[in-house]
Amino acid sequence: MTDRPDTSRPAGAREHARSMDGTVVASMPTVPAPAGSLWEETLGRGAYAARRLPRGARLRVTNLDGTACAGLVVYNAEQPAERLNAADTVKVQWNAYLGAGSVLLSDMGRSLMAVLEDSSGHHDLFCGTRGRERFLVALAKHGLGRRDLPANLNLFRGVRVDPDGKLEPVRRDPAPGEHVLLRADLDVLVAIVNVPHPLDEAHGRADARVRLEAWRGEPAGEDDPIRLSTPERRRAYENVEDYLLR
Amino acid sequence: MSEIVFDEVVEARAPWSRVVRKGQTLRIVDLHGNQAVDFIVYAAADTAERYSAPDTVVAQRNLFLGVGTVLMSNEGRAMMTIVADNCGRHDTSGGACSCESNTLRYGHHTKHQHACVDNFLLEGARHGLGKRDLVGNINWFMNVPVEADGSLGIVDGLSAPGKYVELRAELDCLVLVSNCPQINNPCNGFAPTPVQMQIADP
Repeated sequence: MTDRPDTSRPAGAREHARSMDGTVVASMPTVPAPAGSLWEETLGRGAYAARRLPRGARLRVTNLDGTACAGLVVYNAEQPAERLNAADTVKVQWNAYLGAGSVLLSDMGRSLMAVLEDSSGHHDLFCGTRGRERFLVALAKHGLGRRDLPANLNLFRGVRVDPDGKLEPVRRDPAPGEHVLLRADLDVLVAIVNVPHPLDEAHGRADARVRLEAWRGEPAGEDDPIRLSTPERRRAYENVEDYLLR
Repeated sequence: MSEIVFDEVVEARAPWSRVVRKGQTLRIVDLHGNQAVDFIVYAAADTAERYSAPDTVVAQRNLFLGVGTVLMSNEGRAMMTIVADNCGRHDTSGGACSCESNTLRYGHHTKHQHACVDNFLLEGARHGLGKRDLVGNINWFMNVPVEADGSLGIVDGLSAPGKYVELRAELDCLVLVSNCPQINNPCNGFAPTPVQMQIADP
């Protein structure tokens, strides 16, 4: 520590603080996000982020090292009492496992986000999170509290349910670079935590970065393939469009 | 059961709530068979602590509820334990029906049909609870299998007249119930019926 600067007085402390400008670390946002982008951030293990995204925005979540689990909750930014409803998401779509073409449904019968691309295929809507405290901190910065955290989605860690209900985590090799591309179907608030899945026994890995990239995009049109894929999803978009009439 | 200190029939389609004190047991009787009973439990002393379906299924590594299941809170505490059950399987993945989700599941014509979320909101309001307090709930006597390809749905029930589930409170619990009014799927055999609530001292 012989290089330690003299911080015994404000001028020295200021010089020391300012000398850190421009430092780059593995887990941090790019501020401001580059031109054409809405958001760029890398979450190291244990990191969290929450962000508003406008309707139509695309959010790509990438499992950079292939070992991460990204916990995610979504709210209608305009009225956050409307939020992701995991039960409605599986029940309305008649399927326990989310993937490309799925929508994330709110408790008000609307699509909050749609899954446009999914190169992983291993996600979970049943098991919640080890990152409750991180979610609570992220949400508190948006005025939300303990009553506001619904069951979350876990990206990149799958669970299978056997006929007797037993939950088995899907064990697989790391898949660096796998990603999910989401489209915001309303103005949304998303909160994301990078923590091991609740059923992940090997949760000590240091490198498990989650990359977040968002940009503006077009909302679902009348010929949107996800909208047209099932009557339930069509009505979820009809409810969105009806809500946006004002 | 020990001495029954409370005994009430909840009419078809109706809400219900009651504090069950630590050590007391609550028996829910499916009087006529195949009647889903939507259920959320809150810590009576601090209702921001409430039932958590994820914590419960992770704790037992199983999606279905039965004898021995401990209902876990969002803060990792045991709230209630299933001490008796002659139905065999109960759901905690299907959630509650709502006017809004009914429009997705069945069509916009169902918007004005009565639904569990409306029961929860009305009954919860008596205790200061609101929309933010509704979380993924338990559906007693409801059968929601998951098939190998992920197909999931509410199917014909396994219950029968007189089947019951019995819960022991591990802390003072506020129990919020909707006797499910759904008429568009088999969860109530397409005809909602009354259920019975009995609370006994230890």
